[in-house]
Amino acid sequence: MSDAKLIFEYSREGRSAHAQAPLTLAEADVPVHLRRQTPPALPAVSELQAVRHYTRVSQKNFSIDTHFYPLGSCTMKYNPRACNTLAMLPEFLSRHPLGPSSHGQGFMQILWELQEMLKDVTGMRGVSLTPMAGAQGEFAGVAMIKAYHHARGDHERDEILVPEAAHGTNPATAVMCGCKVKELPTLADGDVDLDALRAAVGPRTAGIMLTNPSTLGVFERHIVEVSEIVHDAGGLLYYDGANLNAILGKARPGDMGFDVIHMNLHKTFSTPHGGGGPGSGAVGVGERLLPYLPVPIVGRDDDGFHWLTESERPDSIGPLSAFMGNAGVLLRAYVYMRMLGRDGMRRVGEFATLNANYLARRLERAGFTLAVPERRASHEFIVTLKSEARELGVTAMDFAKRLLDYGYHAPTTYFPLLIPECLLIEPTETEAKEDLDGFVAALTAIREEASTDPDLVKGAPYSTPVRRLDDVRAARHLDLAWGPQAEQ
Amino acid sequence: MAFIPHTEEDIAQMLAEIGVDDIEDLFSEIPAGLKAAALEGVPAAVPEMAITRTMRQLAARDGSPLSFLGGGAYEHHIPAAVWEVTTRGEFYSAYTPYQAEASQGTLQLIYEFQSMITALTALDVSNASLYDGASALAEASLMAIRANRKSKSATVLVPRSVNPRYLRVAESIAGNQGVTFAPIDFDPETGTTPLSALASWADKDVTALVVPQPNFFGRYEDVDGLTDWAHAHGALAIGLVNPTSLALLKPPGEWGGQGADIACGEGQPLGVPLSSGGPYLGFMACKKAFVRQMPGRIVGRTVDLDGKSGFTLTLQAREQHIRRSKATSNICTNQGLVMTAATIYMSLLGASGLARVAAASCSNTSALVDALSALDGVESVFSGAGFHEAVLRLDRPVQPVLDALAQRDILGGIDLGPEFPELGHCMLICATETKTDEDIRHYARALADILQQAQVA
Repeated sequence: MSDAKLIFEYSREGRSAHAQAPLTLAEADVPVHLRRQTPPALPAVSELQAVRHYTRVSQKNFSIDTHFYPLGSCTMKYNPRACNTLAMLPEFLSRHPLGPSSHGQGFMQILWELQEMLKDVTGMRGVSLTPMAGAQGEFAGVAMIKAYHHARGDHERDEILVPEAAHGTNPATAVMCGCKVKELPTLADGDVDLDALRAAVGPRTAGIMLTNPSTLGVFERHIVEVSEIVHDAGGLLYYDGANLNAILGKARPGDMGFDVIHMNLHKTFSTPHGGGGPGSGAVGVGERLLPYLPVPIVGRDDDGFHWLTESERPDSIGPLSAFMGNAGVLLRAYVYMRMLGRDGMRRVGEFATLNANYLARRLERAGFTLAVPERRASHEFIVTLKSEARELGVTAMDFAKRLLDYGYHAPTTYFPLLIPECLLIEPTETEAKEDLDGFVAALTAIREEASTDPDLVKGAPYSTPVRRLDDVRAARHLDLAWGPQAEQ
Repeated sequence: MAFIPHTEEDIAQMLAEIGVDDIEDLFSEIPAGLKAAALEGVPAAVPEMAITRTMRQLAARDGSPLSFLGGGAYEHHIPAAVWEVTTRGEFYSAYTPYQAEASQGTLQLIYEFQSMITALTALDVSNASLYDGASALAEASLMAIRANRKSKSATVLVPRSVNPRYLRVAESIAGNQGVTFAPIDFDPETGTTPLSALASWADKDVTALVVPQPNFFGRYEDVDGLTDWAHAHGALAIGLVNPTSLALLKPPGEWGGQGADIACGEGQPLGVPLSSGGPYLGFMACKKAFVRQMPGRIVGRTVDLDGKSGFTLTLQAREQHIRRSKATSNICTNQGLVMTAATIYMSLLGASGLARVAAASCSNTSALVDALSALDGVESVFSGAGFHEAVLRLDRPVQPVLDALAQRDILGGIDLGPEFPELGHCMLICATETKTDEDIRHYARALADILQQAQVA
């Protein structure tokens, strides 16, 4: 019997959580040829068995609530409990998405105010809250850029420029929108290569997708020039909001010349990451893209709040979800923004940056190599372990795995791709100085281990529920679902 | 200093370590002209106590009406344990399980979710969730186009008995990639898709056929006939299914001679609150042959260095963080936490509990149809058996009647007029297991009253 006992292995025929189903088995009028012949192999367990199993399963996770989680580019900051509690008030939970506006004024007021607040923090003219994740926000952004060019009869513009250090979602999104991807080189100091940009733009340029601060953890100093070059060529600028936490309240993408931005509410506005979602990728746009925002949007008039859909906004790129995106996530972001207020927004950017620069400096003093030492770190920074890998044979992945034994979630590893043996470290503003100090001590101790007993580090982790897993076997011998057959 | 732990002493020490005098100095690389002014559009901070009061007041304004709405989002009882366990910090505040050793909880849960979805659909593999049912249909269509290499037309046939919102979302998402979604008419007598409606496509290159079960009107489609038609014409069959119904209905993997190739749908009925439309979760399953065309995360079971069983993300070469512009989709974050709730819900209900929920919902809807269609000026529209939704026709425009019901705190149905004008004054109604006999009588009395008053006036 393995330790990873599955819920199915508690099943016994005839057992169930009796309190959770209707008492009587009603007659359902299903024609014989459409009836299911054998019941689905779902677990047959008691309520206690399910609760105990999933509580134990949860305990096999690292999480923000249990561990420092400096996963670069993901903004793993504290998710205030009030945001969850207040989004789960019974009236909010039971509200049907097609319920009439008469029974939704409270909910719609929240969305309307959230739209207004997000416009202000990004410097944009309009906001749509409907995209359900960052990648869907990216999709909405590029689709709007495309719609804008098409509306002007500019059908040749099908190239999206993407820095080579960009997140993988950027090129994947451009392709989903029917565009071609053109990669741009990044200079050693982290800025976009302006000469290469000038050479790349032209009559086929639809736009450019940029993260600022970039994935190298530094502010793009020539953003105004980038904006001029792209706009002069007839293209538009897309802001990937992955790193918005760095500049929240300090600088606004709208002021930098961006035409469209997506925000990851699950990063910057602290809604939960939930083990991989639900996220929320609200989009903001400048004047040019206003008509194309995805629907629905909340509007307001003398009678109160109402939905704006395709009939009111005929040029919209359309709906991206059956109803109103990840509505419950939006409620959490609203509570977060209200509790922080305008001064709190600014402090987010300030303290995220303070923590990153402090941690970077301490690690540098402890002998680690920063990828772009001459630059000021933003809310995150990169350590390259190239020399450790060469001299000690211990890789960035080995450091990452050993960190787990020290009680720290690993930073993002091997991203961005152009920095060898890298750790992308984002401490966020909600971590205390002593936790940052503890992290420095752990990395320093691991490097010491790497020089005295490299195999110890290469074999890590030891304290987690499992040790390193055989990914090759996982891909070659696909075991993707439990089944009574599989167990035989 | 909401959620920022720094003391004045901390700040001073940290600035000294960095070698700057002031936090503002850390932003010296941002050009002066780009520094933001005060954020006038964001109100001043309020403490938790005050925002609690505000949120309670706003929630109270939305009330708790008696709802008979369906149309893709269904009110089911959610066991208390589901969200108690789901919102544990270890699930709530973890992220995508890239570091497998530190994420065995989430990974095992996804594996169990995949197992339950394959069990429900009788297909081989499932992914870790997509955003919602509508975007899942869009992704399933794009997947079918990749998987059906013999077809060059990128044409997906979508019966008009599919939720029209799903079609619009699929067009928004997949339309940019040259996909054509072609409508197929339904039989006005039965509200289902007859094979004859496909006749004009018999000689054309069709990539996939969407087969809804139950369909948007709550009717049962001839899933065997439609699936076989697709396969006989070189097309893949995409089942669009309600997961609750699969406790009673023949699963997509058993449709027709060969089974549907892909199944997808909205997972919200599995323990997810209505919550104004989200967060929900899309689910997707397929035959093993198509697994490499599947979008999104997939978890596999493997062993660790000591031979111990464990879980990891697998087949990642399909995904954007590896393949970039050649990925099967741009999806990254999905609906992890909601998938967690659905998994716990399915464990608590089991096959027998889910069958009871499904049967009680069918039975309540049929009681509701009987009670309402007994009134003058109300008739049931489609013949034949159905799941937990039905279409009623009124002798007058629907919206004013629904408005009058809403004034009495009854959400009586969805006006089908805007989407299906050919049906006349029709509305879609739904009564899940949460509705009692008294709820149904209450609705019938109110409707009788409103219809009568309007006649008098």
